Amino acid sequence: MNSQWETVIGLEIHAQLATKSKIFSGASTAYGAEPNTQACAVDLGLPGVLPVLNEDAVRKAVVFGMAIEAHIAPYSVFARKNYFYPDLPKGYQISQMELPIVGIGHLDIEVDGVSKRIGITRAHLEEDAGKSLHEDFHGLTGIDLNRAGTPLLEIVSEPEMSSAKEAVAYMRKLHELVRYLGICDGNMQEGSFRCDANVSVRPKGQKEFGTRAEIKNINSFKFVEKAINHEIERQIELIESGGKVVQETRLYDSDKDETRSMRSKEEANDYRYFPDPDLLPVLIDEDFKAQIKAQLPELPQAKKLRFKADYNLDEESATLLTSSRQMADYFEAVVKESACEAKICANWMTGDLLAALNKADLEITDSPVSHERLSGLLKRISDDTISGKIAKQVFEEMWQGTDTADQIIEAKGLKQITDTGAIEAIIDKIIADNQDQVEQYRSGKDKVFGFFVGQVMKEMQGKANPGEVNKMLKAKLK
Amino acid sequence: MHNKSIAELAKGLRSGEFSSLELTTAFLDRIKRHTGLNAYITVAEELALEQAKAADARLAKGSAELLTGIPIAQKDIFCTDGVKTSCGSKMLDNFIAPYDATVVEKFNDAGAVMLGKLNMDEFAMGSSNETSYYGAVKNPWDVNTVPGGSSGGSAAAVAARLAVCATGTDTGGSIRQPAALCGITGLKPTYGRVSRYGMIAYASSLDQGGPMTHSAEDAAIMLQTMAGFDDKDSTSVDLPVPDYSVGLSRSLEGLKIGLPKEFFGEGLNADVAATIEAAIEEYRKLGAKVTEVSMPSLRLAIPAYYVIAPAECSANLSRFDGVRFGYRCENPADLTDLYTRSRGEGFGKEVKRRILMGTYALSAGYYDAYYIKAQKIRRLISDDFKRALSEVDVMMGPVTPSTAFGIGEKIGNPIEMYLSDIYTIAINLAGVPAMSVPAGFAKGLPVGLQIIGNYFTEDRLLNIAHQYQQVTNWHQSAPKGFE
Repeated sequence: MNSQWETVIGLEIHAQLATKSKIFSGASTAYGAEPNTQACAVDLGLPGVLPVLNEDAVRKAVVFGMAIEAHIAPYSVFARKNYFYPDLPKGYQISQMELPIVGIGHLDIEVDGVSKRIGITRAHLEEDAGKSLHEDFHGLTGIDLNRAGTPLLEIVSEPEMSSAKEAVAYMRKLHELVRYLGICDGNMQEGSFRCDANVSVRPKGQKEFGTRAEIKNINSFKFVEKAINHEIERQIELIESGGKVVQETRLYDSDKDETRSMRSKEEANDYRYFPDPDLLPVLIDEDFKAQIKAQLPELPQAKKLRFKADYNLDEESATLLTSSRQMADYFEAVVKESACEAKICANWMTGDLLAALNKADLEITDSPVSHERLSGLLKRISDDTISGKIAKQVFEEMWQGTDTADQIIEAKGLKQITDTGAIEAIIDKIIADNQDQVEQYRSGKDKVFGFFVGQVMKEMQGKANPGEVNKMLKAKLK
Repeated sequence: MHNKSIAELAKGLRSGEFSSLELTTAFLDRIKRHTGLNAYITVAEELALEQAKAADARLAKGSAELLTGIPIAQKDIFCTDGVKTSCGSKMLDNFIAPYDATVVEKFNDAGAVMLGKLNMDEFAMGSSNETSYYGAVKNPWDVNTVPGGSSGGSAAAVAARLAVCATGTDTGGSIRQPAALCGITGLKPTYGRVSRYGMIAYASSLDQGGPMTHSAEDAAIMLQTMAGFDDKDSTSVDLPVPDYSVGLSRSLEGLKIGLPKEFFGEGLNADVAATIEAAIEEYRKLGAKVTEVSMPSLRLAIPAYYVIAPAECSANLSRFDGVRFGYRCENPADLTDLYTRSRGEGFGKEVKRRILMGTYALSAGYYDAYYIKAQKIRRLISDDFKRALSEVDVMMGPVTPSTAFGIGEKIGNPIEMYLSDIYTIAINLAGVPAMSVPAGFAKGLPVGLQIIGNYFTEDRLLNIAHQYQQVTNWHQSAPKGFE
């Protein structure tokens, strides 16, 4: 990137709140139903219908506000945002303008090991619109209002990010947070978490912001980075060739990897916001806040620190194991159930389990090996029933099937041999058969010890207790 | 039968003097005989007869309520499941509502019979019922005059005995003004007392449904069914509903009546003034004490109303876009054409005028100067009411500056039309309840006395009106040809 230029980025994120019903009606919010089967009279904007606020949406917005240490407005107001569009049934969207429910807060991000605090200007509640379907209708447009009225939390950041990388880090952190809080499922393919980016450039050292362009609806982390970088380049090139950036809304085309103009400032709608007279102001008192605070889950940062302290985990493992609430819950369940050393649990999760999950492209919640089954396996390692090496073999079997570790160990006869008599007999035989190596070892070639261990294990099909084998070999070879 | 009160009819239905089917048929016959008034947009004959039979069965079983079997009519602003709900507009001429408004549901539950849907100004915007797509309604007292609006069909139907009683809605006077011009009793309840769910919105923060009847006694019965909290309407108020009939007979001894001096100034027709003064005199005789009160911000009510109501309506009426229901223009070329022609052809002149005024008032750069300022005035007006109503129990004055005006007389001059609501509009801005009670005649046309009370004192207003109706019989007079 050209070093004479500085980039300023602000993000607007729309997170669909994971409520059962819509923000102003009782219709279901479930994704993927047949078009218009989840739109009731209120969602259709029939004459005479009225909105009634879903308390769970308010609750989830407050949960978010608390998680970013924001001011929760004791008095917030819904407003009508007026514009005509076929998938906007009432001809206005119920949103919040002057008095949003969540005020100024912040989110800490980390880029290349450096941490940075990004301000969050506000977060407000609003209803989603329906969808216009332009394909399959032979030149006509179909309207699906299933999504109309789905609650959204629009989270607006301060223009405080200075690179696409920071923007992605912020978006990821926010994505992790809303899922952690259980207020949004974060499914980007289904549009549950969408991002608009405001991008501008200015000569380094200049105080005033440059003219910004808004890039709409960039729905993956990869595209956010690409779209922003592309836009930065476009703006710099434009200015350097004597042009001027105009304030406009641009659309990112991921196929062509470019942004193109959607509408200019002049073409922008005058939304004529005014307080919605059908809804009362939202009043949030201290009791309500206290109630929510008590139910607030442990936040990612706090959990990570606790994992490092309580379980003696390194930074990398702690980060990995707290990357989602489900992952952390799985880990803590394994520690508790297996009664194994936390570090061993962590190693198994970040190692074999995550590798298998990644390979199969599965989330922890869809893991074929439940925490109960993994715990069952780890128990057998810690009580010396099997060795770590055999355990890997057992894990493979568990991943493929539904048997418990004990069932597999039993069926395959993988139980570790701790019978010293049996081990001793094998050792004696190995020593007798390999006199040359015994000579070498006794003349000081310690390396040969490994050879003996290997031979014994081979003879015993890996089932001998390695500690016992070591101890006895050392004594015999003296 | 058609001159009887609800209580008398209920008695007759129970004693077997007549059945609901007979009663309903009698009213349907009257409706057919008097189509010239144009009071009904839809006569729901089949449904009414069906409901009457069901009511008779219920009466026979002994599970009837007071309104069971009583033929009423709904203003065509209330959604009625399976029955055309036009709101007086071409826009909804093809609209069969797929659900019942809460108010309609309540009357259905009570077993009332719905005769049909009543004419009204288009989307409740008008003071003369001349803006209706279905044509003007005629005042039964003089068919050359207007019945008032927007609930003109309701007022004319009740006055002409084409329904026992009717629902109305009142945004700036739309129950009280037509009630006054047609010589019936009308009550606009406190904002939030009656659910607005299913009542097609004009100006959401002002709209309120209420009863239109012959007497306060009937109004009490109707309101009993209409009032109450509705979890489908966030602006409805969760307060217990008192028994409106039980307090009707309370004495008025010591009642403190305030006369707002702003209601009796310039512009008030002398005959109307004299009629109102005579009514006040009646109250003195009933033991009331009368003082003068002042409402200094009242003069700002009409300008404030004509910012707030159009602003809200400009958004409320956006859903009529030709996409999902209602009128759609023929062969739209594209989306913009679909919008502009559907709305251009579907809405009438007055509706378009108010949408444009409201859109303008909310536009960037004008919002503070109009909308915010109007809201400030609204607060001042509310304060005036609170102050005055802390000094007196109720306020009284005229409902309208004059009696019914001629059809066509004011329709060409919107400002003059708007000014005819001078005494009613402020009440909606404050949200307090008010009634119009028949108080006599001026040159043969009815005059309405307005009684304005404090929030949620409908029971007191009904009591005060009822006591007056015990000593006068204006409310029983029937227009010639409709006795």
